[in-house]
Amino acid sequence: MGRNNRPNNVADYQEEVTMNKSVLFGALTIAGLTAGAAMAGTMDDVKARGKLNCGVTTGLVGFAAPDANGEWKGFDVAVCRAVAAAVLGDATAVEFVPTTGKTRFTALASGEIDMLARNTTWTFSRDVDLKFDFVGVNYYDGQGFMVPKELGVSSAKDLDGATVCIQTGTTTELNLADFFRSNNINYEPVPIETNAEAQQQYLAGACDVYTTDASGLAATRATFENPDEHTLLPEIVSKEPLGPLVRHGDNEWGDVVRWTLNALITAEELGVSSANVGEMASNTNNPEVARLLGTEGTLGEMLGLDADAFKRAIETQGNYGEIFATTIGEETPIGLARGLNAQWTDGGLLYSPPFR
Amino acid sequence: MSTTTDPQGGTFRLSMLLNDTRYRSLTMQVIAAVVLALAIGYLYSNLVTNLRAAGLNISYAFLGNPAGYDINQTLIDYSSQSTNLRAAVVGILNTLLVAFLACVTATIFGVIAGVLRLSNNWLVSKLMAVYVEIFRNIPVLIWIVIIFTIMIAVLPGPRAFRGDDPESRMLLDLFAFTNRGVYIPGPYFTRGIGGEEGSILNWLMVIGVLIASLFATRAVTARANATQAATGVRPNTLWTNLAIWFVPLIALLFVLGLTWEVPALKGFNFSGGIKVGGPLIALWFALSIYTGAFIAENVRAGIQAVSKGQTEAAGALGLRPNRIMSLVVLPQALRVIIPPLISQYLNITKNSSLAIAVGYADITATLGGITLNQTGRAIECVLLLMLFYLVISLLISAFMNVYNNAMKLKER
Repeated sequence: MGRNNRPNNVADYQEEVTMNKSVLFGALTIAGLTAGAAMAGTMDDVKARGKLNCGVTTGLVGFAAPDANGEWKGFDVAVCRAVAAAVLGDATAVEFVPTTGKTRFTALASGEIDMLARNTTWTFSRDVDLKFDFVGVNYYDGQGFMVPKELGVSSAKDLDGATVCIQTGTTTELNLADFFRSNNINYEPVPIETNAEAQQQYLAGACDVYTTDASGLAATRATFENPDEHTLLPEIVSKEPLGPLVRHGDNEWGDVVRWTLNALITAEELGVSSANVGEMASNTNNPEVARLLGTEGTLGEMLGLDADAFKRAIETQGNYGEIFATTIGEETPIGLARGLNAQWTDGGLLYSPPFR
Repeated sequence: MSTTTDPQGGTFRLSMLLNDTRYRSLTMQVIAAVVLALAIGYLYSNLVTNLRAAGLNISYAFLGNPAGYDINQTLIDYSSQSTNLRAAVVGILNTLLVAFLACVTATIFGVIAGVLRLSNNWLVSKLMAVYVEIFRNIPVLIWIVIIFTIMIAVLPGPRAFRGDDPESRMLLDLFAFTNRGVYIPGPYFTRGIGGEEGSILNWLMVIGVLIASLFATRAVTARANATQAATGVRPNTLWTNLAIWFVPLIALLFVLGLTWEVPALKGFNFSGGIKVGGPLIALWFALSIYTGAFIAENVRAGIQAVSKGQTEAAGALGLRPNRIMSLVVLPQALRVIIPPLISQYLNITKNSSLAIAVGYADITATLGGITLNQTGRAIECVLLLMLFYLVISLLISAFMNVYNNAMKLKER
């Protein structure tokens, strides 16, 4: 747990670690990974290790951040814990590895982490060129802008000449350039490594605007001393489907993460929650619920897990709706509405393939 | 082969390769070279095989693709549609800029602190000792972050300059110190080549005039030396030299119509003039003050390495103290100072890669940061980075070695 106790804004630290890591990665590659194909059986590695190494952000309240006791909490953290519960039977058997926008892919590609749940946008080039597999979408997001109210800006198109803080190494960096270019206005980017640094610079007025995914902006604003003094502009300039991802080529492991996520979403659709999962498992008439919770069929075994795998995930983390409500929902300081992230039956985009 | 290689003319036997001291070292070196080549070959083939197995191939084609991101401080034209290669060049120029600026200021800080540390004034020498010990014993990354953070927190944002009765005012109505950087008046030519837009040719002309002035003053000094040698009286060259420096320059600037553009608050930011970005200032200042502490120690060591007898002998010959320093002590001290100074310059150049901590767009931030991350070409980018730093470092040390050779003890 030593790692978890680390404060989440050790920005100055991180840079050095970041650089060393990429250099080290290069050196390691050049030294020739003589071990060969050690990456094939991620599931076996995880089971042998007894711990899931899960890459998360360096700290974004609501999505992944250590709480006062140093315990990681959040929307993305819940996905990691659900996978750990399904695979290892223990939702706490997770080693959270904080990654920045820049280190995350190297960490995943090199095998330092088994999966990445770090509000990462699913894009073509990441999926195809960087050789990762996105297993699904756990948050439909879009890039927004936050400005102090005193600037009197009401639209992102009024931002001509503004200084914009942006997390480097993200899709938002490219969207930002596209947005300003297509609207024929200028801006000055201030590249920043972590959310904590961005917050510091934005609050000090070193940049006029902070741009990242709208959910991230809401989460960041919630931690401000005076959240009311800042406003999110109405423009959402991009599609940002955020989801967990794994390395390309290990389909068994990809399936495990994919269907654990789907299990959380299906559980909400079917009305299975952490409160009633035990009862539902023993006496349900719905065959899909029975298959999901392992009382009927052998879905868990097909994945190389046991029958109760998804049941444990739901038991410990709750269904998708519960996770959303307790980490980033309207009752929390972050206060995000379900919006696009409602179930398809409620007019949202969440639509899990059937458990059959 | 067996007979021709033997200088003694005796018969050569294969066992002599191991037993004969004349051949043994050669044998060992050949074996070592073969083993080394095999090891490198093995590692390389391993790399290629593993990369292929992972579905990756080494390709530099990404350098020609549009970068897609913007950079806040560029010395050449750049937009998000420029190529990754151009982004890398922007980064290289930014690295060279901050390295050059930091080398100059670090040398100034270092020489002043090094000389003052030897001062007879107790307070001054102890103050300098405190400076040296504090700055060189805390990692430069910490200094960069501290200076940047203080700058952001202490200096006002551009918003503070707005309104009829603003919280902050521009210094002399010419300079604006904000937490985004310092805005200073920028020169431009109204009657230069290329009109209002300006052209690099104007500046090349200015540089050309300055170089011509430099050679002219050197000729004047040489003539003065010759006159002094012949007659024993040195003609006063001060006014001639000043005239050579300033008259042509001022005339040229007048012809070109030099004007200063004063920064003014416009929209969200100051515009016009020259912006020296906050990250550049923080990095520049931190590198200078950190490396300056090391250079101070080099300078102190260099001066102390000159035996006291030299000073006393020079004094006995009737030289004044400042002439003793410039004619006797410093030329000898430089021989001790320059070699470690080279490595300090190399350190500055390499430490400038810490720019990433404050978002300064150096080569590590552009090619090794955003480009690497957006294209996923980690190995290619890191190899290019290594190549760049290697070439730059070797160039700096080659250049400084030339200077060192010029300075070193001439044995006749």
